[in-house]
Amino acid sequence: MEALTRIAHVSARVAAELTPAELKANSAAQMAGLAYGLAAIGPGIGIGMIFGKAIEAMARQPESAGMVRTTMFLGVAFTEALALIGFVAFILLKFA
Amino acid sequence: MKNDDPQFVSVLAMSDSGPAPEAAIVRDLIKRGVFVAPVLIGAPAFIWGANGAWSAAYGLAIVLGNFAVAAWMVSYTAKISYALMMGATLFGYIVRLAVIAAAVYLVRNEAWVELVPLCLTIVIAHVGLLFWELRYVSLSLAFPGLKPKQTSQQDQVSPQSINN
Repeated sequence: MEALTRIAHVSARVAAELTPAELKANSAAQMAGLAYGLAAIGPGIGIGMIFGKAIEAMARQPESAGMVRTTMFLGVAFTEALALIGFVAFILLKFA
Repeated sequence: MKNDDPQFVSVLAMSDSGPAPEAAIVRDLIKRGVFVAPVLIGAPAFIWGANGAWSAAYGLAIVLGNFAVAAWMVSYTAKISYALMMGATLFGYIVRLAVIAAAVYLVRNEAWVELVPLCLTIVIAHVGLLFWELRYVSLSLAFPGLKPKQTSQQDQVSPQSINN
């Protein structure tokens, strides 16, 4: 709690020393980074779930492993697209 | 996980020695990516000029390279063990995302880079190619009868052979 209070004091002091434009840019960078981090969490969980289910399916029916791997690969790639969209949003917010 | 049965084999210790379906999928994706490349590069070239074209081409190369690396990692590690495949899929996701981020971050200030077409191409090419591929995969999974069959030349019937 004490550490959090100290961080808040330091942040307030830094914010007071910055110009409004710098403060806005600083906040935008922080929010963009946070958005990218949040956007990567969901796909990470999704890929884990897809892979877990694929392993389960391959354990139950090893003869269907080819079909399972096909759908797994496409599912993972689709889930990854969400992270790419988050990344693109970050890049466009931060640099464009 | 511990099991006293001597016959017990963990599924994670199993491996797949069969053909790798990921390689076939990625070959299709790359073929289709090359097929639509003129549109994906031409449209940004029309709006942003030569820089837009270079950026879109770079974005398309990133997407196709990402697919190829993902497929190679899965098919290579599946031959060793499913546990390794799991590691390669989960950590590969983080590593490939980091490589894509680095590939965009490092060129962001280059003169030939336009960030908007580069980022749009990454998303559109990735999702579009996957939907295109999914259309064929889902069709052949739901209706196996629709899967194209390999026909040899001997099996093909020509009009001349019918007449004779």
